[in-house]
Amino acid sequence: MASQDIAVKASTDALFSGSSRNSRRNMGQFIRWVLLFGGGILMVMPIVFMISTSLKFPFEVYNLNLIPEEPTIENYTYVLEDGRFYGWFINSLVIAILTTVSAVFFDALVGYALCKFKFPGRYLVFIAILSTLMIPTEMLVIPWYLMSKSFGWLDTYWGIMFPGVMTAFGTFLMKQFFETVPDDFLEAARIDGLNEFQIWWQVAMPLVRPALAALAIFVFLGNWTAFIWPLIVTNSAEMYTLPVGLSSFGDEVDVAWELIMTGAAISTLPTLVVFLIFQRFIIRGVVMAGLKG
Amino acid sequence: MATLNLRKLVKTYGKVEVLHGIDLDVADGEFVVFVGPSGCGKSTTLRMIAGLEEVTGGEIHIGDRLVNNLEPKDRDIAMVFQNYAIYPHMSVRKNIGFGLRTSKLSKEDKDRRIDEVAAILGMTDLLERRPNQLSGGQRQRVAIGRAMVRDPAVFLFDEPLSNLDAQLRTQMRLEIKKLHQRVGNTIIFVTHDQVEAMTMADRIVIMKDGYIQQVGTPLEVYHKPANTFVAQFIGAPSMNMLPGTWNGNGVKLGDGLGIELPHRKATEGADVVVGVRPDDLVVTGDKGLFSGKVNIVEPLGADTLVYVGVNGYEVIAKASGREPPKPGETVNLTASAGEMHLFDAKSGEALP
Repeated sequence: MASQDIAVKASTDALFSGSSRNSRRNMGQFIRWVLLFGGGILMVMPIVFMISTSLKFPFEVYNLNLIPEEPTIENYTYVLEDGRFYGWFINSLVIAILTTVSAVFFDALVGYALCKFKFPGRYLVFIAILSTLMIPTEMLVIPWYLMSKSFGWLDTYWGIMFPGVMTAFGTFLMKQFFETVPDDFLEAARIDGLNEFQIWWQVAMPLVRPALAALAIFVFLGNWTAFIWPLIVTNSAEMYTLPVGLSSFGDEVDVAWELIMTGAAISTLPTLVVFLIFQRFIIRGVVMAGLKG
Repeated sequence: MATLNLRKLVKTYGKVEVLHGIDLDVADGEFVVFVGPSGCGKSTTLRMIAGLEEVTGGEIHIGDRLVNNLEPKDRDIAMVFQNYAIYPHMSVRKNIGFGLRTSKLSKEDKDRRIDEVAAILGMTDLLERRPNQLSGGQRQRVAIGRAMVRDPAVFLFDEPLSNLDAQLRTQMRLEIKKLHQRVGNTIIFVTHDQVEAMTMADRIVIMKDGYIQQVGTPLEVYHKPANTFVAQFIGAPSMNMLPGTWNGNGVKLGDGLGIELPHRKATEGADVVVGVRPDDLVVTGDKGLFSGKVNIVEPLGADTLVYVGVNGYEVIAKASGREPPKPGETVNLTASAGEMHLFDAKSGEALP
């Protein structure tokens, strides 16, 4: 009888300790969900406000209501009918695409050389490139500006683009990815008669495609949204990029937030498209690199 | 097809010399296997032949050409790597045809050549597949196909079977051997697996610490090892080694034990080592050479390996698979004098 009691008690204890474990797990999951939900709201709210503001009349802009009392698409009509918007859009597109192509090409080339070729000073060069990551853009704009002025690059595409045609971050990212490419692939290609450039282009590059896609997105987004340097280096409204152009909406006393938000909403479309096309590469690339953009 | 000659081949990395003047002549169409423990220099030698490592000293001749300063692509060689090195972004057809990119053959001729190679390797149905849709053995076949398609003077294999499981390794071993019999090209094959070396090679080159220890046919290196290293490296389990002193007519092992070795020669009183393979040292019911207590028994099916403590040493002997001795039992061991090997204890060299 006594042994039966002990057995019953043991099984009840097990049941209770099991249920308390379950409730602890549920609680943990609940907290996780709340945090994620909060994070999600924080991320999405600016976008929601951007779209909401773009659908408001000027008098309603400073009301923080999410749903406009009198929704209008007049701002969109105004922005799209304003000839300057297309010019800025094209400027941004050309600059972002050219810079992306250039940065991906050169970052991959330099990353590959630093990873796969043994030459004296290799480590020093790598450290030198990496160390530039520690210098904030705000410190660099003055030398960049002086350079641009001396070379006559002010108010030109090249002037806007040149700081980004090759990036230290991209070089580092690509070097890390090329580390994962076994030398056997390159040596096999060498024996098969390819020269060093062909080996890089035809063998190594396809093997790091996820990294290239991820880097392309990072660079494209960075250039598409760049503000400070294009603002400094451009003088004429024709050379403005989209972010700089949008900020010029309004006059000395009043900022036309509804128009800025409308332009911003339209300008997110290309990045959204690019992201949706390449997202599996980005996620894989970020996971593989263990880095975030 | 071509001969391969290495003359006083030296390789140094900084101040460290890893190859100390290798001399080797490989005949046209010969299958030569380089075998040795890790770090013995076998892969370095192969990579120097391929042109992937610079030659510090000496000469490499392929056919009648000195190739020391030639690019890998100009050496008329093809190499199969340990991890296959087949390109994951290309189909099997493109992988096999990759070696023909720089060839001047027409597209039709290239395609015909790829189809021929695929047929030889039994891969015709897999030509449009990607490497990730292939098994390990199939991938290795693609790698061999890529080498074959160029019809090189010399094939170089760098431990190509190491990544395969035991069963597949045996199968691929056979396939490579058949392939050699069919195409007849000169093959240099590097492995650390002495079974691979024994089963595939026309001749084996056994290396240690950057020196060639012995070059010979599989039977020569097994039955007439040049030194204690070769004797112990070739054959599994390793040859038993019993140190002793030469007493004019045999070896005195201590504790009153001795082995008579008529027709052998050594300096009176010299320190020597007697080697006997586990296959040749058998458990007998009669009075044998010596007796000892069984420590461990390893049944293999047909035979049983018996670890016996003799005179402070542990030797491995062979017993019947049906009625093996039990641990703790005392057994008699015997071997004929003709199956024993005699080595100088100091230099390790074989004695006549």
